[in-house]
Amino acid sequence: MADASKPRIELIDVVKAFSGDVDAAAVRGVSLRIAPGEVFGVIGESGAGKSTLIRLMNLLERPTSGRVLVDGEDLAALSPAALRRQRRRIGMIFQHFNLLQSKTVWENVAVPLRLEGGVGAAAIKARVGALLERVGLTALADKYPAQLSGGQKQRVGIARALACEPKVLLCDEATSALDPETTDQILTLLGELNRELDLTIVLITHEMDVVRRVCDRVAVLDAGRIVETGEVVDVFLNAESPVTRRMLREDGHPPLRTGSARAFRLTYRGEAAHAPFLSQTAKATGIDFSLHLARAGEIKGVPYGQLVVSMEGECLDDALARFEAAGVQVREFHP
Amino acid sequence: MSALFANVDWGDILKAALETLEMLGGSMLLTVILGLPLGVLLFLTARGQLLASPALHAALAFAVNVLRSVPFIILLILMMPLTLALVGTSLGVRGAIPPLVVGAAPFFARLVETALREVDPGVSQAAQAMGARNEQIVLRFLLPEALPGVLAGATVTAIALVSYTAMAGVVGAGGLGDLAVRFGYQRFQTDVMVVTVVLLLILVQILQMIGDRLVARVSHR
Repeated sequence: MADASKPRIELIDVVKAFSGDVDAAAVRGVSLRIAPGEVFGVIGESGAGKSTLIRLMNLLERPTSGRVLVDGEDLAALSPAALRRQRRRIGMIFQHFNLLQSKTVWENVAVPLRLEGGVGAAAIKARVGALLERVGLTALADKYPAQLSGGQKQRVGIARALACEPKVLLCDEATSALDPETTDQILTLLGELNRELDLTIVLITHEMDVVRRVCDRVAVLDAGRIVETGEVVDVFLNAESPVTRRMLREDGHPPLRTGSARAFRLTYRGEAAHAPFLSQTAKATGIDFSLHLARAGEIKGVPYGQLVVSMEGECLDDALARFEAAGVQVREFHP
Repeated sequence: MSALFANVDWGDILKAALETLEMLGGSMLLTVILGLPLGVLLFLTARGQLLASPALHAALAFAVNVLRSVPFIILLILMMPLTLALVGTSLGVRGAIPPLVVGAAPFFARLVETALREVDPGVSQAAQAMGARNEQIVLRFLLPEALPGVLAGATVTAIALVSYTAMAGVVGAGGLGDLAVRFGYQRFQTDVMVVTVVLLLILVQILQMIGDRLVARVSHR
């Protein structure tokens, strides 16, 4: 199918200013490439320009300058009819679902299919049935949105967005109005759809946890600019920018009192996470250590851990070498 | 009974009631036909909407405001030459319908505009995102979502029209209002006045009831 080396979505130096004042632009020169089949997260605090950025990807917002390419096609250069055709191939779900209150679940999902014309009633029936089955809402087909919970509404939104078999799904704060448990279910569903349909997913969020759960890569947006981008694990474990660290709640801890000892940040993931490398190294080298910060968890199913420890002892260099040999990344830590 | 309503000719009352219904039905139909598109256009041309056009919006809004600010009794008289040109008479049911429509359509258009504004802007956005054309956005998304509001507006408009038809009686339209003015007021036949007023009241109640039921049926909020 699509050449994997060609990006599905590419933004080239995109600027979006709502008034004439480019200095106050919502998006200020963003370039990024999103590969086919990738789950790409854009994270930022409120007002960072996330919503504008995702709405540029289906041209709900027109860029002031720069180019937005989907499968190599410059969206802004398309005729209105061609743009509408392209938009049918880009699904979108929203924070507040944006369903039609006046129509049943079934009808809501059928709406995009009926816009195209030329899709027969039998084909629509089969497609809507399959979509509702996939998102687990078959039993609620005749209900109206007002009778559904938030999670169910978002499932309707997902089914509707997938109706025309899009290549891309844009998620505009899709889980921000949901409770943690429902958020989990929706993210699981998105992950499954990504794998089953080879669906490229772009999601924007202000929750680091959402990114950690489903994204392959992430861009951190601050004041309309991308300040950090990369594999989620890398960005998450080696956050450089103050915004990222703020989003990770890494800052704000009390100053370390390390005395004469030196502080290090030890990061490990995958198999290394299961090994008792700290105590083994301490026993073998006789160093003393104290633990200042620790976190552990999973990013897209890969276990990781990160510790800030201060260490002293004659064999400190030996200890550091042992850590690295055990697959632990060591960095001197300057709080 | 006959002593109580000594002056009431029930045949006349029936005829007048039918005329009122005729005026109401005809003018309501035309009001919706003209007012609905006008309301949609008012909404769509407003700032930030699909067909945003400040100049057109200002012109439409001005025309609507002018028509709405003329008291109906004056509009009836001002409209006479135009009515004559349009339907050949300024009297009777036919002569009453043009001023009724000109009075009610701008009113209804404003109510339609308001109902459309109440629709979550996200709906229009979702429609655009799925590649809907502008007319599809209006016909398949905005109007269905605004339907409860539009029906409630139509009910208010129909009831306003009932009182307009009564006023039209003053300038020679038929109907219950005409009867009330000519017999009830000018000839001091209080019984005729009472009967016409009660019938108008019943008509308004029925309209409101029908309107409320329709709104309830199409609301799924």
